[in-house]
Amino acid sequence: MSTEQSNPDSLIGASVRRVEDPPLLTGKGCYVDDVKLPGILHVAIHRSTHPHARILSVDTAEAAAMPGVECVLTGDDIGDLVLRTPMVAPGMNMPDHPILARGAVHAVGAPIAAVVAESAAAAQDAAASIQVTYDSLPVVTDAEAALEDGSPLAHEELDTNFCYSMKREGGDVDKAFAEADHICRLHMKSPRVVAMSMEARGVLAQPDPARNELTVWLSTQGPHRARADLANSLGFPENRIRVIAPDVGGGFGSKGCVYREDVLVCHLAQKLGRPVKWMATRNEDFLTTCQGRDQAMTSELALSKDGKMLGLKVRVVANLGAYLHSATAGPPQRMLVMAPGCYQLQDVRVEIVGAFTNTVPTGPYRGAGRPESVLNIERLADKAARDLGMDPLELRRKNYIQPDQFPYRTGVGVEYDSGDYEKSLSEALRLSDYDQMIRDRDEARQRGELVGVGISTFTEPSGGAGFESGAVRVERTGQITVLTGSSSHGQGHETVWAQVAADKLKVPMENVVVRHGDTTAVQQGTGTFGSRSAVMGGGALATAADRVIAKAKAIAGNLMEASPDDVVQTEGGFAVAGVPERNVNWRQVAGAAYAKGTPAGMDPGLNETAFFDPNREAWGFGAHVALVRIDPDTGELTIEKLVLVDDIGVVLNPMIVEAQVHGGLAQGLGEALCEHMVFDENGQPRTGTLMDYAVPRASTMPPVVVGETETPNPFNPLGVKGVGEAGTNGAPPAVANAVMDALSPLGIDHVDMPYTAPKLWRAIREAGKG
Amino acid sequence: MEHPALPINVTVNGKARAAEVEPRLLLVHFLRENLGLTGTHVGCDTSQCGACTVHVDGLAVKSCTMLAVQADGADVTTIEGMAEGTALHPVQEAFQEQHGLQCGYCTPGMVMTAAHLLETNPEPDDDAIKHALEGNLCRCTGYINIVKAIRWAADQMRGQHASS
Ligand code: FES
Ligand code: FES
Repeated sequence: MSTEQSNPDSLIGASVRRVEDPPLLTGKGCYVDDVKLPGILHVAIHRSTHPHARILSVDTAEAAAMPGVECVLTGDDIGDLVLRTPMVAPGMNMPDHPILARGAVHAVGAPIAAVVAESAAAAQDAAASIQVTYDSLPVVTDAEAALEDGSPLAHEELDTNFCYSMKREGGDVDKAFAEADHICRLHMKSPRVVAMSMEARGVLAQPDPARNELTVWLSTQGPHRARADLANSLGFPENRIRVIAPDVGGGFGSKGCVYREDVLVCHLAQKLGRPVKWMATRNEDFLTTCQGRDQAMTSELALSKDGKMLGLKVRVVANLGAYLHSATAGPPQRMLVMAPGCYQLQDVRVEIVGAFTNTVPTGPYRGAGRPESVLNIERLADKAARDLGMDPLELRRKNYIQPDQFPYRTGVGVEYDSGDYEKSLSEALRLSDYDQMIRDRDEARQRGELVGVGISTFTEPSGGAGFESGAVRVERTGQITVLTGSSSHGQGHETVWAQVAADKLKVPMENVVVRHGDTTAVQQGTGTFGSRSAVMGGGALATAADRVIAKAKAIAGNLMEASPDDVVQTEGGFAVAGVPERNVNWRQVAGAAYAKGTPAGMDPGLNETAFFDPNREAWGFGAHVALVRIDPDTGELTIEKLVLVDDIGVVLNPMIVEAQVHGGLAQGLGEALCEHMVFDENGQPRTGTLMDYAVPRASTMPPVVVGETETPNPFNPLGVKGVGEAGTNGAPPAVANAVMDALSPLGIDHVDMPYTAPKLWRAIREAGKG
Repeated sequence: MEHPALPINVTVNGKARAAEVEPRLLLVHFLRENLGLTGTHVGCDTSQCGACTVHVDGLAVKSCTMLAVQADGADVTTIEGMAEGTALHPVQEAFQEQHGLQCGYCTPGMVMTAAHLLETNPEPDDDAIKHALEGNLCRCTGYINIVKAIRWAADQMRGQHASS
């Protein structure tokens, strides 16, 4: 195992190569579709081709008679099986979410009938033969339009497209605006994007009727939560379901909830008494997996003439799509806590509204509301600087919350734990050679070239969202097993948790095995999303490790006939302080723990579980800088330089952290440059395959410099903050600001992402006409 | 929709395989379902993602874009055939060394594409690497470490040749 590290004694902070790689590199990974069981039945689904329609008839006769077909079901056959989702706001409107459509469909791709057959091909053939007659209904796809009077209804059954709203207000907003010298206004939309994990969704369920149990292999980010959600929807006891998240081929937020197909497959397996599997095709994944962003933001920033931010008003209209998944209403709520960004803003009003449309449901996608919040305040800061004729750096610096003000309570009543925004900004300026870049830009501009520099400085919450669990079990032979509720889908938890446990227990990493992703093997847990694992899973694991060490010291003291207070940790075990020859190793301690060797009054065993909740989020921060060039003839955008500086507290594995930044950045750049899920005015998705939807390729990636500063977080045992979303949250606003800077000589104020060549070309042409 | 099965003979990872297959069966499904070689993945339905890349008679091919019957008589290598015993292929080793994979779903296709590139161009620059990866999508890594890994593998392989 090769390592590079600053402190050679510590595994924490070492770029340890990943232990999960060998199987994945040799074709020995095991994703849901790789699980082989005898007698698997395959499911294919006939889906709506209409965005909004009453179903007049469903003819399944031909399908049912086709070779290999076991059965065909429609909504009427499975009765009132529905996807149950929690009500997150009082009075929230919640449309029905039947597992198979009953009476009507509200989005293209809504499931109408399911075919179960001996092979996937037979199931697909039969599903294609199903005939449905529809009575089309009016359609709405845009959330702001959906809230206008007289808009078509996304659901006939509801008399409104309004789902829920929430509000937060602090200080005296009206007074701040009345006293302002200038009010900067901006209306923006974040593009709807697709999570596009390379492994589409999939589920395999195996019933055990004799024992009344059910095992489910699910491509999920949180097996324990999935188990509870399946139990609720199926009406089957949670403790009789075992959910296994095998290797999971990416999720990025979209695999955090259970979906209709998951419930359907479990139901079919129980009904038929055989294992049943459904794997989404890529097109099905586009049509049914929760998508990201699609928020419209209308904001006003009140300023004094010297650039002091006085007050902020933000209204968000979020497109929730046609149906509610468990976290669909979540992302817009981020604006309630993040609207003020890094700035001293006490007079703030934020209102969010969720609206239904006849589109694919939205939900958390990498960043989950953070990217919109950062984009909003950082575009506002830049536009305000331009309005006032100020340097955008100066305006930001004038308004930063200062290091000595932490913990800082913002106008929306949220306490930021720590931060030093000048620190990451100055590091980003240094790495980007900012002053030179500005001089070069000015010269290029003299020559009539469209070149722009943009920055975004931001703070982002990570962790939070309930608890996480970790357990450390010292086996009889002294080997260590770690059980974590924080299951991985590519992030490298097996490596990092082994580093943490080995570091704490002072044993070789090879002696540690990490188990996750199986509700039977692991105590209750929450899962991986929202950049939470290092904070939450790491916090739980560190706490459990400390408890094990404390107990082991007591046992070691008993063995060495010393007071536990005199026992110190050594490499591989314990010794009496100052008497290194009086020592025991983990094997001896564990042996004693399980064989009546614990001190009087102490339970046997050496196995500690911790449930961790710091009751606050960890606030990371960073500064991103972009240099862009736009071809005035074609509108083509080139990112010439990109510098990312993130402060994420203590770094557990720099190699993995940097790669998380890379991955988040690629998804952020996808949103900024090319990705856009488009529905036409009739509600038809126009980008439902990889032929039409542009995800970044290797050649899309610009030259990138990743830097870091390290300010430990004071509120969790490892001093960490999350990093998984940093690149997604900070980079797109920097690019947006750079693009607007490049276009500023043309008098262009704002263009929404993604900055495709046709869009920028059109903006340049329009400006030329003016 | 059923058609009579057709006999095929394919060498896969050095082993002769005979089978009777439906004419419409894709090579990727033949490998995954008939032979149980599940290291080759399916990531799309429009031939864009490259997760299914294998070598057919020495060329990197998307196995979702070829029928199993078209592979009759061919020599196919999948990700399972790249390591020799426990010794990883230099490209596999490079992906671990340079952290070129996260969830691992795109990885088999990436490794097969990269290995083919290095056979035809042992000294590719970054542009040549990125060009070779045009047909392979990764959603986790941002490609940065994949490109690094391929460069690293190229160095290793040239070094090995020089010393052998
Ligand atoms: S499965 Fe996507 S290219 Fe073959
Ligand atoms: S490593 Fe996950 S898609 Fe490439």
